[in-house]
Amino acid sequence: MGIKSNRLYKNFIESFPIVFLFFLVFTSFDLSIDYILNISFNLVYILIFFWILKKPEALGVGLIFLAGIINDVLLNLPIGISSINYLILSGIASFIRSRTLKPNLLYDWFFFLLSILIVNSIYFIVLTLIFSLSINYQLLLTNSFFTFLIYPLFSKIFNKIYLLNINKQND
Amino acid sequence: MATGRDDFIIAIRSAFLKKGNRQKFSLFTLLVASCLILSLEYFKSGPVDIFRSITRDIIYRGAYIISSPFKAISNTYYNFEDHMNMYAKYSEMKNKEYEINKLQNEINFYKAENNKLREIVSDPKVLSNKFIVTRVIVDKQSPFLKSIIINKGFESGIKKGMPVLEKSYMIGRVVETNYMSSRILLINDLNSKIPVIIEPSNTNAILNGSGKDYGDLEYLPKNNSVAENHIVYTSGSDGIFEAGIPIGKVNIKQDKKIVSFFVDLSQLNFIKIKTNIE
Repeated sequence: MGIKSNRLYKNFIESFPIVFLFFLVFTSFDLSIDYILNISFNLVYILIFFWILKKPEALGVGLIFLAGIINDVLLNLPIGISSINYLILSGIASFIRSRTLKPNLLYDWFFFLLSILIVNSIYFIVLTLIFSLSINYQLLLTNSFFTFLIYPLFSKIFNKIYLLNINKQND
Repeated sequence: MATGRDDFIIAIRSAFLKKGNRQKFSLFTLLVASCLILSLEYFKSGPVDIFRSITRDIIYRGAYIISSPFKAISNTYYNFEDHMNMYAKYSEMKNKEYEINKLQNEINFYKAENNKLREIVSDPKVLSNKFIVTRVIVDKQSPFLKSIIINKGFESGIKKGMPVLEKSYMIGRVVETNYMSSRILLINDLNSKIPVIIEPSNTNAILNGSGKDYGDLEYLPKNNSVAENHIVYTSGSDGIFEAGIPIGKVNIKQDKKIVSFFVDLSQLNFIKIKTNIE
């Protein structure tokens, strides 16, 4: 029983990024508090950026692509746009990972800002210029800003889970 | 300098072209695939559209099943909140009942008078009542886009453009139909534009979604007499919606006239689709 529950716990910790990504995409759990304080942030961006930086094999690009497709279908966006966003974010994170010798939260935070600005710019340009959809630019910028602000907090939480995973692998 | 550039190119290659452990596709391959899928958006009919429709049906059902426990929790919370406020609401409603009865009598009189006048000018009845009642299965709302998914599609006779009501209030219109599901664009979505008439000032305008819990009024005449608490109805001037469906009331915030909807668009469970349109 002990071994079984231990294995279950280990599997859960290992597959946490994937499970959480699909949970976020399927259940609209984006933690937006926009009706009260006009605050919203994109947790999916934080999740993808962090895990690609820390442990890319925990979050396969194929699954990121699939999550993007599901997100587009559920949000009535042109199918493929979220996949492009998520994959570009993964690409930037992967690039930073290969260029970094000593990981540092401050550098990651700065590059995360740069990444979400690039990704959201592509998102805005494609939706408004190609698909002629109305997107509130101010809301998108506020969303990017709060996503950037909240990054260290979730980075710390995800780091704890990452360390749990490492400890379990060493056991 | 050349070494720095080489490092940069190697890093780019490693990020976009290299396949990771246990990965079947490179990032670049999937990016190309995403762009191809995105370009398929231009095909609005034929096999691509049928495939898209089936995919949507599957994903909507999946999202409904996965999100149902969380929806049940939030529903329990709202039920609890309703129970706590029950007595206060009962007292308030008792006071309103008298006013409503009085107004109902007046409405009946005006309805009869209106029908009589329409018979004289040979105009068909403004309001008719053919509805399909459906259940909301997914109400995922991003900060940018406001729409919901219902559990009936074109097999139940739902067509694009049909107006959607909750109780007797307008909440949106059908923008996408699949075999077993449809998508409703809510009136607070940025892409929603509805011609309206504001009574009793009898002013025409366009109700534009703001992306928040209220609507903006556009193309109001410069010297209009629209005031606080005036009621906003569909005007029917677009030929899509029937005239006279109530939407909300006017509020003035910092000299800006906005529309507060009669329905809380974040709490929709069962809705009605008006089927009697051309």
